Amino acid sequence: MWVILWTDGLVWLLCVALLLYVGYCLVDAHRRTPWRRVFSQRSAVIAAVVLLAFALIGLLDSLHYRAQLSTTSAEQRYSGEVRSALDWLLPHLRERNEKTYSAPLATHSFMRETIDLADGGVRRVFVRLRYGGAHLADPSQVWTDVVQRAGAGLIAAILGWCVVGLYVRTWYARMPQIKLRTAWCTIGVLSALCVPVLFLSTHYHVFGTDKVGQDVLYLALKSVRTSLAIGTLATLVMLPLGVVLGMMAGYFRGWVDDVIQYLYTTLNSIPGVLLIAATVLMMQVYIDTHPSLFPTAAQRADLRLLFLCMILGLTNWTGLARLLRGETLKLSTLDYIQAAHAFGVSHPRILLRHLLPNVMHLVIISLVMDFSGLVLAEAVLSYVGVGVDPSTTSFGTMINAARLEMAREPMVWWPLATVFIAMFVLVLSANLFADAVRDGFDPRLRHAPSD
Amino acid sequence: MTGYIFRRMLYAIPVLLGVNLLTFVLFFVVNTPDDMARMQLGAKRVTPEAIQKWKVERGYDKPLLWNDTQTGIVQATQTVFFEKSARLFVFDFGRADDQRDIATEMRTRMGPSLALAIPVFIVGMAVNITLALFVAFFRATRIDFWTVVACVAMMSISGLFYIIGGQYLISKLWSLVPISGYIDTLDAWRFLILPVCIGVISGVGSGTRWYRSIFLEEMSKDYVRTARAKGISEVAVMFRHVLGNALIPILTGAVVVIPLLFMGSLVSESFFGIPGLGSYTIDAIQSQDFAVVRAMVFIGSLLYVMGLLLTDLSYTWVDPRVRLE
Repeated sequence: MWVILWTDGLVWLLCVALLLYVGYCLVDAHRRTPWRRVFSQRSAVIAAVVLLAFALIGLLDSLHYRAQLSTTSAEQRYSGEVRSALDWLLPHLRERNEKTYSAPLATHSFMRETIDLADGGVRRVFVRLRYGGAHLADPSQVWTDVVQRAGAGLIAAILGWCVVGLYVRTWYARMPQIKLRTAWCTIGVLSALCVPVLFLSTHYHVFGTDKVGQDVLYLALKSVRTSLAIGTLATLVMLPLGVVLGMMAGYFRGWVDDVIQYLYTTLNSIPGVLLIAATVLMMQVYIDTHPSLFPTAAQRADLRLLFLCMILGLTNWTGLARLLRGETLKLSTLDYIQAAHAFGVSHPRILLRHLLPNVMHLVIISLVMDFSGLVLAEAVLSYVGVGVDPSTTSFGTMINAARLEMAREPMVWWPLATVFIAMFVLVLSANLFADAVRDGFDPRLRHAPSD
Repeated sequence: MTGYIFRRMLYAIPVLLGVNLLTFVLFFVVNTPDDMARMQLGAKRVTPEAIQKWKVERGYDKPLLWNDTQTGIVQATQTVFFEKSARLFVFDFGRADDQRDIATEMRTRMGPSLALAIPVFIVGMAVNITLALFVAFFRATRIDFWTVVACVAMMSISGLFYIIGGQYLISKLWSLVPISGYIDTLDAWRFLILPVCIGVISGVGSGTRWYRSIFLEEMSKDYVRTARAKGISEVAVMFRHVLGNALIPILTGAVVVIPLLFMGSLVSESFFGIPGLGSYTIDAIQSQDFAVVRAMVFIGSLLYVMGLLLTDLSYTWVDPRVRLE
């Protein structure tokens, strides 16, 4: 049975909107030029490919269903657990839980366990893991096995890469400006890194397991969706508020401007974390006092995630509004707007047809720039205790769970290292992409692209 | 000038009133005090008497905006809005859930907060400006390119990792300074040096990049070209002409955060166990102490409004072209 969680629906809606925009850009040469400028930069192409890979994981994880329990009986019964397409694709990651911590690629437990000997005594030894490397008869063979499996993965990756290369060749002639070869090379590097990990993950815990024995790789993959949802869904609130209010303030001036300026000064004056904390606390009270509204735990966690996105959007629209207000103020004094007035064009039409297209580049730049900030903010908010629901896997909750284990001797470093790598790659590529978009769209930089 | 300052301070009143109304709506209207009581006491087995007791203890048992049971002016004062929200204007924050006075608590915690925040602010700015000046001097060279790449990479690391990594490396592995804690004497530097360093390092990426763009913009102006044309050396141009003029946007941009230094930093204070306002706020959020959160929201917005005023004033101080009417 398919389950459409709120955030799923909205994420897919955003995807459709994005595809429509891409289609719109493809048919309209005028819209295409700035994007062509963006993708003629090598860093942008690399970042875009990496971001697409993350988006693919996130989208797969946004298709949720509830498994059918009994196929024989007439009445259909579904399990209460909500799973995603990603879980279905990688069942071995979700199901094969150890007892507790185990190091990356380990075959034995991380801590000694007490076992009873046949003669009645006890010994404390490292026992074999339930799943990690369990297929090996001789655990000392682990490195040969790892190299073999990783090698097989590498060969598969190279084969796949060549197939992609054939496609890229056909596109190459059509889009000479875009750095397709860079994209192809990035895909190659990515798959050379990821496919061996995937091959290994069927028989090992490549990034170890956490305190309750869950595979860290699996948790990191699940966190990607949370990060992407927060980074993108906040724009759903931010965009309409910022665009409508900002442009109205700049266009109508007078009391409208005063009211809108007052609104965003007031909202801005509350320190961001505190405003979010206050709102999240209140939302928590609401959820706790109305338990009947949320049938499953996943739905409750999901609604909390959605609220968090909304709140982040509510606190973030002020920057965009201020930017658009300034630009609209400047534009609305120009001759072509005066001419539109003289022709008797109505206010909404002037705003929509004459002003909005001319501030659109600012909107796109600030949306892309905000993404990385939102992903980083999630980690801090979860640490403060006002982030996502504790049952939702996210980078913030993973850091929170792992940082307490730093004091352990010997140290449990792999959860933190995994989150660090995943977050760093995601945020770095978002930052690089944002810079490229800014360079491509900002008319002031048009003649000096090498900033 | 005094007239201008006075008028600006009057403008602050509607903003603070708005903040107050917003927190009032959030804390008392969206969820009634009954809801809060039920959650704090545990949603399941809770009696109406217990809820009533909880409300009386905190003074939430009065009507929200208008008290019909009283007469005269008391109708407006014997209400939750007046007692809890309007009182914030005279810095009467009431008591926290542990019955301590919030205002006293804030005063004692302000010191440690400032002891951490001021060095981070000053050292951070000095480091960022120096680095940015250095990079701007070598603009469009390999040094410039790789420093900017390093800055973007440093910006992409979550602040939590800087703290965790620093604590692990410096305190645990090398045992140079204590991991966390604080004492109220001059010896506090031993506890503060690591958080200050980490605070500075975690801000270097975005700071340097931002100042670099300011310097580059300043360097593309006409007067800089004229100075070069006169044969002044590049170093002299940088220090005598560019630095001074670029400091105007840098200073006016930095002034707005100065009052907010009082609030302390949420994450690093709680990681390093420094008993400042930031860790106070986090504790309040985690124990759901609504009175403290409300007080901090008010103080935060007050400081922000002060920062805006200081920004406007600083324009006249550093830039003689700006006159305030």
